[in-house]
Amino acid sequence: MRTLLRRLGFYLLAGFAAVTLNFFLARLLPGSALQNALAKLRGANLDPDAIRALEAQYGTGGDHSLLSQYLTYLSSLLHGDLGLSTSQSAPVSSILGDTLPWTLGLVGTATALAFVIGTLAGIVVGWKRNGLLDGLLPAVTFFQSVPYFILAFLVMMTLGYFGGFFPYQNGYDIGRHAHLTPGWNGPFVTSVIEHGTLPALTVVLASLAGWVIGMRNMMITTMDEDYVLVAAAKGLPQWRVAAVAARNAILPTISNFALSISLVVTGSLVTEIVFTYPGVGWQIYQAILTGDYPLLQGILLVVVFTVLAVNLVADLAYVALDPRARKEA
Amino acid sequence: MRALRSPKVLAGSVLLLLLLLLAVVGPLIAPHSADWQADRTSGLPLAPSGRFWLGTDQQQHDLFSRLLSGGRDTLLISFLAGMFACLLSVVVGVTAGFVGGLVDDLLSALANIFLALPGLLILMVIMKPLPPSETSNPLLIGSVIALTAWAWGARVLRAQTLALRAADYVEAARVIGERTWRIILFEVVPNLLPILASAFIFTVIYGIGTYTALAWLGVISPASVTWGTVLNEAQSSGAAVNGYWWWYLPPALAVALVGIALALVNFGIDEVINPRLTSARTGRARGVVFRLGLTPVLKTAAPEPAAAPSNPVPLKEAQP
Repeated sequence: MRTLLRRLGFYLLAGFAAVTLNFFLARLLPGSALQNALAKLRGANLDPDAIRALEAQYGTGGDHSLLSQYLTYLSSLLHGDLGLSTSQSAPVSSILGDTLPWTLGLVGTATALAFVIGTLAGIVVGWKRNGLLDGLLPAVTFFQSVPYFILAFLVMMTLGYFGGFFPYQNGYDIGRHAHLTPGWNGPFVTSVIEHGTLPALTVVLASLAGWVIGMRNMMITTMDEDYVLVAAAKGLPQWRVAAVAARNAILPTISNFALSISLVVTGSLVTEIVFTYPGVGWQIYQAILTGDYPLLQGILLVVVFTVLAVNLVADLAYVALDPRARKEA
Repeated sequence: MRALRSPKVLAGSVLLLLLLLLAVVGPLIAPHSADWQADRTSGLPLAPSGRFWLGTDQQQHDLFSRLLSGGRDTLLISFLAGMFACLLSVVVGVTAGFVGGLVDDLLSALANIFLALPGLLILMVIMKPLPPSETSNPLLIGSVIALTAWAWGARVLRAQTLALRAADYVEAARVIGERTWRIILFEVVPNLLPILASAFIFTVIYGIGTYTALAWLGVISPASVTWGTVLNEAQSSGAAVNGYWWWYLPPALAVALVGIALALVNFGIDEVINPRLTSARTGRARGVVFRLGLTPVLKTAAPEPAAAPSNPVPLKEAQP
């Protein structure tokens, strides 16, 4: 229980740090991003009352101190108000509400696949240490050492453009001849899966190495433990001995995953841009192109909180799986 | 160097040296300058030909020249980022591990926060409003990228420092009355070098990916042409959709090649840090048979001649 409280405290601290960073970045950096954003808003078709409200929110209208601006910012955040996008004249929160499901679906599916494939491969490679499968290791490391968006380019070129196996643009078929209504109907879901294959493949390939190598190395270390030797000496079948070792080897890979989740998420966002996938990543690209600073900041906050939430889940899973984690302070 | 005996490490080092050499002399041997335009009237990219080895882009820039000159800033910034980040992670990691207590708690929390923050997004938010005069400064960009990259190294170094602090020889140095800074500099840090080298390599890979991504997305506009800017122009003119593969495939492959070269070098460092994990098919454990519960033995151990019973060579390399 104490461990959990400590971790919760850490996440609160991290979230608070991110919010504070987000606030001060916009105000203290050269280039006055906020003034630019407000100038754009004034140019947009908004009624004067709304602009005055926004100025008050950003604290640029009157002579508010930095502290009172900060408090206003915090309270509007608590109300779920992330400001107004300057390029789309819509609340940032509603833009994110439309795009976040795409990103979560992509990252979630890809991570689950990478976990299952990578862990199984790692168990086999670690168990059969001399096998031909060891040749797999350099191959997966190559995918990891190539930046995400470069890998996305290569996947798009080989399997999408030249190979023509899968569509490599958009989240679903928006061509002239396609008549798809978004929702839970067969043709739409099929189209989404087809269009998601290549982006998901990119994320799986890039994050596979962490699972395979982590699992292999832990398997090799765990196989030296006495309880594995006992399991073998009892005459259990090979696969059950391997399972005994694997159950214990899997724990550190879960905590390693928690460390790398922010890299996986940013990588997926960048992958979305390559494949013009309609998720949060594509919104980032739009925000950069149009200089939409409020949208960029809103996305940053949401991504940070998503990463922290996943970290918390990984922590809870670890505590649930490992009794030792419950005892240690 | 024991690590150089592995063919992977050798290939990686040679590749890396070649790429570094290219980054230095590339702009000099390029047939044209990066801003040279073949024809100001045509707006159609030309496919690779004898005249333009890698074709041209929409503004009729020679893409082969752009590829050769684009490596310099890219590699310079990623190596700068790697160095700054390593410096930061040594300072934070060793301090946290050696001092312990409240300092350790605070520094570890800081490193964990930085690990959880999505670095690329923060860099976008920081760099988007910067004026071009500042985004073209390699030193500034390198150090800002380093600010988001040090946490992983600091964590690993802290763990190792904790282990070293309890080692007998460090204890002995303390008992003799060595000063703390001397213990840290001469007893602890030298033993961190392999880990530091591997952290450096990962940071450079991160740096090159991040810098190229920032230029590709148009967040920063470098003073000179880099691989990232070529990719940015290709992206904004829809090169992928229109099938101008020669426009963005070469710079993408160049970035990938740097990553692969660094990863190959890292293989060698890994085998030095952790010989236990060495694969039987590569490196020093070649020919060793691993069996559950038994001491690993060399498969091809020569039958020992009776005349030389003390020859320890065949069994020396097997790990207990």
